[in-house]
Amino acid sequence: MTTGEPLIVLDSVNKWYGPLHVLDDVSLSVGRGEVVVVIGPSGSGKSTLCRTINRLEPINSGTITFDGQELPAEGKALAKLRSDVGMVFQSFNLFAHKTILENVTLGPIKVRREKPAAARERGLALLDRVGIANQADKFPAQLSGGQQQRVAIARALAMQPKAMLFDEPTSALDPEMVGEVLDVMTSLARDGMTMVVVTHEMGFARHAANRVIFMADGKLVEDASPTEFFANPRSERARDFLSKILTH
Amino acid sequence: MHVFSDPKNFDAYVSSFLWILKLTGASAVCALLLGVLLAAMRVSPVPVLRGFGAAWVNIFRNTPLTLVIFFCYFGLYATLGLSLSQKLDINRYWLGVIGLSVYTAAFVCEAVRSGINTVPTGQAEAARAIGLSFAQTLRIVVLPQAARSVIAPLGSVLIALCKNATIVGTIGLMETSNVMKDLINSNGNAVIVIFLVFAGTFAAFLIPTGYLFGWLANRLAVKR
Repeated sequence: MTTGEPLIVLDSVNKWYGPLHVLDDVSLSVGRGEVVVVIGPSGSGKSTLCRTINRLEPINSGTITFDGQELPAEGKALAKLRSDVGMVFQSFNLFAHKTILENVTLGPIKVRREKPAAARERGLALLDRVGIANQADKFPAQLSGGQQQRVAIARALAMQPKAMLFDEPTSALDPEMVGEVLDVMTSLARDGMTMVVVTHEMGFARHAANRVIFMADGKLVEDASPTEFFANPRSERARDFLSKILTH
Repeated sequence: MHVFSDPKNFDAYVSSFLWILKLTGASAVCALLLGVLLAAMRVSPVPVLRGFGAAWVNIFRNTPLTLVIFFCYFGLYATLGLSLSQKLDINRYWLGVIGLSVYTAAFVCEAVRSGINTVPTGQAEAARAIGLSFAQTLRIVVLPQAARSVIAPLGSVLIALCKNATIVGTIGLMETSNVMKDLINSNGNAVIVIFLVFAGTFAAFLIPTGYLFGWLANRLAVKR
């Protein structure tokens, strides 16, 4: 899968929340077109890791490189970088005062300066792709959680990002809606999108991931292919974690 | 009611409320613009701007309005020579607008800031994540949602501003409290009537204003 230089590189990244060492010397590289799933117990730093990649969380030391360029500190350059990295949140975070279609076209129009008509057309095509084109004029609160999360994915895709970050995209959903969101993510993965996915969905990790990263206590403990990781976890922490979640 | 059947008194009564209306209108616009700007400063990532916003609020929210208006007249005009019009009453009017605006802006700022705090952080994060700048995030995503939750408290600020406008009477503008005082001085037998007419006129305008803002707040509320 990996071709050429990696798209996302984290090198010895450290982050503290006060005395709490949430990211402990984390190094990781994600190739173009690669799907990396990050799993681990809560509080292991996996969400924080995901959020540092578009600098929603600043780091204390180490470097993060995206597409050959170190993350800018603030201002226009950072906004430019973020526009190239799609982000999907646990709580959807659709703009509550905008319609579904406006949510999807806002970025293309305001950030990319696309013509509204063109943005609209592409927005509708994206909504169609995630199966919500018929709800385009509704407001987020009128949609189910699963539908909102699919809109959030369409909103991120509308920016034509080089990579997509998913921060526990199905954790806030009712069980019967998890599948529809995972289907969209699986099809994205098949189309060759570079993805970093923080999730508790082991099924998705097994069938859609190229690599599984296991984190515990802020450290990157394992980095293996899904088959290898699920069949033969090397560390005690990973064995313990898997035994807890896979016995049910 | 014989006091108000005298055309001279009636005209004074009407023009006094027109002054209040003009003071309230101009000050409301200025205070709203200034207050939103101050609120933007107070939530900005730049420490100097945050400090400036906080200082403004602390100074004007904790100073009696009478002192602020006095300063505009005796400080800005009489001492520093800031004259805004050749006409005496127009000059007093604009000095009053300055005082009311800088004072009310502090309250607008705090109302808007609390409105901004009602917008979940995820909204701003999502806006930043698609590449919007700080200013765009505020203007396109956060403020429009904050505005809806801030309508009701801003209604209270507007009502307070309208009543506070009577303090401009202390620097000689013939607004309601000044006219009422004159009418009482020359009609000692009708004090209660005069008082009730002025109070009733304020209430007649301000009670519906309060309901209007409450209705708007409900109608425009953001559903989550």
